[in-house]
Amino acid sequence: MLETLAEHQSLFSTLWVVWFFLLFIGILVWVLRPSQRRQLERHADIPLREER
Amino acid sequence: MFKGFSHAVIERNLLLLGVLTLITVSIGGLAQIVPLFTVETTIERVQGIRPYTPLELMGRDIYVREGCYVCHSQMVRPFRDEHERYGHYSLAAESMYDRPFQWGSKRTGPDLARVGGRYSDEWHAQHLRDPRSLVPESIMPPYAFLDRPLDTSRIVSAMRTLRALGVPYTDEMIANALADARAQANPEADGSGLAQRYPRARQGNFDGNPRVLTEMDALIAYLQMLGTLVDFRDVTPEQLRQQ
Amino acid sequence: MAAMAAGTALRELRYVEGPIRAFAIATVFWGVVGFLMGVVIAAQLAWPLLNLDLEWTTFGRLRPVHTSAVIFAFGGNALFCTSLYVVQRTCRARLFGGEEMGWFLFWGYQLVIVTAALGYVLGVTQGKEYAEPEWYVDLWLTVVWVFYLVAFGGTILRREEPHIYVANWFYLAFIITVAMLHIGNNLALPIGDGLAKSYGLAAGVQDAMIQWWYGHNAVGFFLTAGFLGMMYYFIPKQAERPVYSYRLSIVHFWALIFLYIWAGPHHLHYTALPDWAQTLGMVFSIMLWMPSWGGMINGIMTLSGAWDKLRTNPGLRFSVTAVGFYGMSTFEGPVMSIKAVNALSHYTDWTVGHVHSGAMGWVGFVTFGALYWLVPVLWRKKGLYSERLVSWHFWIATLGIVLYITAMWVSGIMQGLMWRAYDELGFLQYSFIETVAAMHPYYVIRFLGGVLYLSGALIMVYNLWKTVTEVPRVEEAAVPARAVPAAAQ
Repeated sequence: MLETLAEHQSLFSTLWVVWFFLLFIGILVWVLRPSQRRQLERHADIPLREER
Repeated sequence: MFKGFSHAVIERNLLLLGVLTLITVSIGGLAQIVPLFTVETTIERVQGIRPYTPLELMGRDIYVREGCYVCHSQMVRPFRDEHERYGHYSLAAESMYDRPFQWGSKRTGPDLARVGGRYSDEWHAQHLRDPRSLVPESIMPPYAFLDRPLDTSRIVSAMRTLRALGVPYTDEMIANALADARAQANPEADGSGLAQRYPRARQGNFDGNPRVLTEMDALIAYLQMLGTLVDFRDVTPEQLRQQ
Repeated sequence: MAAMAAGTALRELRYVEGPIRAFAIATVFWGVVGFLMGVVIAAQLAWPLLNLDLEWTTFGRLRPVHTSAVIFAFGGNALFCTSLYVVQRTCRARLFGGEEMGWFLFWGYQLVIVTAALGYVLGVTQGKEYAEPEWYVDLWLTVVWVFYLVAFGGTILRREEPHIYVANWFYLAFIITVAMLHIGNNLALPIGDGLAKSYGLAAGVQDAMIQWWYGHNAVGFFLTAGFLGMMYYFIPKQAERPVYSYRLSIVHFWALIFLYIWAGPHHLHYTALPDWAQTLGMVFSIMLWMPSWGGMINGIMTLSGAWDKLRTNPGLRFSVTAVGFYGMSTFEGPVMSIKAVNALSHYTDWTVGHVHSGAMGWVGFVTFGALYWLVPVLWRKKGLYSERLVSWHFWIATLGIVLYITAMWVSGIMQGLMWRAYDELGFLQYSFIETVAAMHPYYVIRFLGGVLYLSGALIMVYNLWKTVTEVPRVEEAAVPARAVPAAAQ
């Protein structure tokens, strides 16, 4: 099994790079969507909200 | 699918955050470490590499114990000036039995990967006892306390543990461990068994006192073999290719 | 509303604080011990007679005492202290396992530190950098670390605040990854007969890769991710403003923890490690520059609209300068991981300069900043004993770092160039010992930098001691007293 894996190593590594590039772009798009903005930025106030 | 998913799901669900983190952080490690074990060209196919003799092994343990790697590296890099100052660049094969590897990350002192045979045993003994007596500008600590009997009670269990980890120590080597250690440090002793079991092993009166087997003997025996196992005259570039 | 006087009882019930106070004290104590060890071994390099001809005081055995003391003891206690404090506050939940868990973690971790340091001095070491503790210490640390993960995770599971604040992601990533690294790099077989000695599973080039996969990520997750968690809580608290961009912290988190892991091989450039691994390490180290500076921008820009606080609040000045040093050393790192640059910097003092700009500048300063805010809060004091002393500590320590780094830059680059210099006849121009002799003046300057840093820390000890013993307690308000507005006293 390992040999076949080793053979296609270069193919896997290129696919891997493509997959992670898409993932990174996905995170960026998702985070920077305007609709998410208000809701996400509200989380930043957690440390400043005193206990009560 | 995508609409329902939101980062909040990850945030609120700790388990998911933990597992995702673990997966993310293990990708890099796997991709770099696993191939080093599976790709056979990682270790060069050269002749001459052998396990350490019992005395050299004890010397190496002292080298590790005293933290010599903190100031000395054992890795000659493929640069012109390093080739001229130290010798042929170090091969992965030359450290294949090194547990732990001692390539080091700082050269406060010179690189030791090819120090074997460069200085006499007497020079090493005097230098270790008082570095400034031979090299006035040296900032190396003195190691005169190494002139004390070597604790040979652990040689056999050490070799057995290493064999369990993959180092090819044979039963015969382990059985003669103590005798080989004494023979290596006493030039008058019969070194045929030692030479037959450990090619290129060199006998020597390392610390100047053939009667007592000391830590100094062991450390110098180790230093004197560093970088001497591979004869680069008969090594072809094909053997050295790692890809 | 519970009566004012009951506030303390309410708070005591609400959060575990005893062990956290102990961790704060241990942080300060081990910080001074670690800095002192650094000064001692720096002096030994400048004046070798200070090795004292004794087996237990040679540089080889004391150097791991210094590195373990400042990384695992000082840094470790700071992370335990702040992570356990922050997770309770941002989740509004009591520590999982209560006081007993806290005290077990405290005494368990101090035992790890003491047994490791004692071992080094007696010659018990695995001989792997930053992983020197032998197998029995490793086993005990693994037990303590599992309890730490359970305590931290359990507190998050019992949270009242639905959202897990970003600081906890970083702390969680730090705990999980350090567990993985610690186990991966310390797999060893003791040789038996009750001896402390053990041999590792991997050897040679594989051991080297695993060691620096661990080594660089001990920096990446212990000294970076953990302390970024500290930054994401204490800078907003000190600046009294939310973090600059919460969305940037999401991108920054996932990018950082993914990329950091790959960077290990930049410690092995031009060694016997196969070339494909070296190049992979270099490329990912350069990419690491982006998320690192993402974190820096997020931290420093939190001050927008509150920059004047830097003049009035020296504690905050520590935290912000720390982020500045973080930006500096995480820019220097990717540059040094380029093979051509590394060919010059590897094995020289330049590496030592880079390490200490990150360690003294980032880790030290962000911890000092957090302590100056946390100690008055943990002991419910009106404020610090003296803000002026905080400024004194700040400027003395900053000068100490600058002396240290510049001396190491100069000596490192000079030594690298001397090693490779050829004279006009085509021979090596310098013997090795000539380069060592040329280092002496810079080793003295570095020693002075360390002395300044240590004396700054001693000023902090005095200031915090006076705060705890002499500053009047806050009359128990239901809400924990915010630090007294930092008007210079």
